[in-house]
Amino acid sequence: MTKRSNEPFLWFLFSAGGVVAAFLMPVLLFLQGLAFPLGWLRPSGYERTIVLLEHPLTRLLLFAMCSLPLFHWAHRFRFTLYDGLQIKHLNELISFFCYGGAIAGTALAGYFLWSIP
Amino acid sequence: MNQTPAYTTHHPRWYRTRISTYWWSRKWAYFRFIVRELSSIAVAYFVVLTLMQIHALRQGAEAYAAFEEWLRRPLLVTLNAISLFFLLYHAITWFNLAPKAIAARFRGKRIPDILITGSNYGAWLAISVGLVWLLSRG
Repeated sequence: MTKRSNEPFLWFLFSAGGVVAAFLMPVLLFLQGLAFPLGWLRPSGYERTIVLLEHPLTRLLLFAMCSLPLFHWAHRFRFTLYDGLQIKHLNELISFFCYGGAIAGTALAGYFLWSIP
Repeated sequence: MNQTPAYTTHHPRWYRTRISTYWWSRKWAYFRFIVRELSSIAVAYFVVLTLMQIHALRQGAEAYAAFEEWLRRPLLVTLNAISLFFLLYHAITWFNLAPKAIAARFRGKRIPDILITGSNYGAWLAISVGLVWLLSRG
């Protein structure tokens, strides 16, 4: 029997993460990283953000926005090192570092969002 | 080279020309490809930033104010501006590739690429405007 490849599943996570990152991240980084710190726009403030964060739908969305893009990164970064820098002999180590990092980030996001007071 | 097939002890030496580590710097298209792949680092960076923000929010108003203050540092603003460029590059290349990944059909005919790309850009704009409205007070 041939060994089943888990590549399609990883590619699915990569693809889903790419979609989430493309739709949500640019505007969020624009707000958080530039518009608010430089005073172009005023943030809605701590109280309102907490109310928003306490909503289950926001938490679910944030969880997806943390987890899936990490797998997107893991997949792309792994192959960038593989093809770009041609580090082929360390393939296992790189995979472990990339997907392990994504799993760790997912666990952390899950813990943070689950245990909001 | 060391992926020797198990069924033979004497297989011919594979012919492979050596490729320079910097092969992607030779051609503009290759370079753009590597930039696109590296945009994933900005994606991971933004996740880290988001996790830090959620952590600060959990700790209370004071911690969150400190986090916002930290984001005002010139170093962070510069880093975020660079990351934003890569995130935009990711989004644009992603939406432009969408019709190749979604080869959708309607009544036996393939939906034109421009419709798929266009609807992606439309949704992107709507989501972005919605989030600005939700998260800022003008």
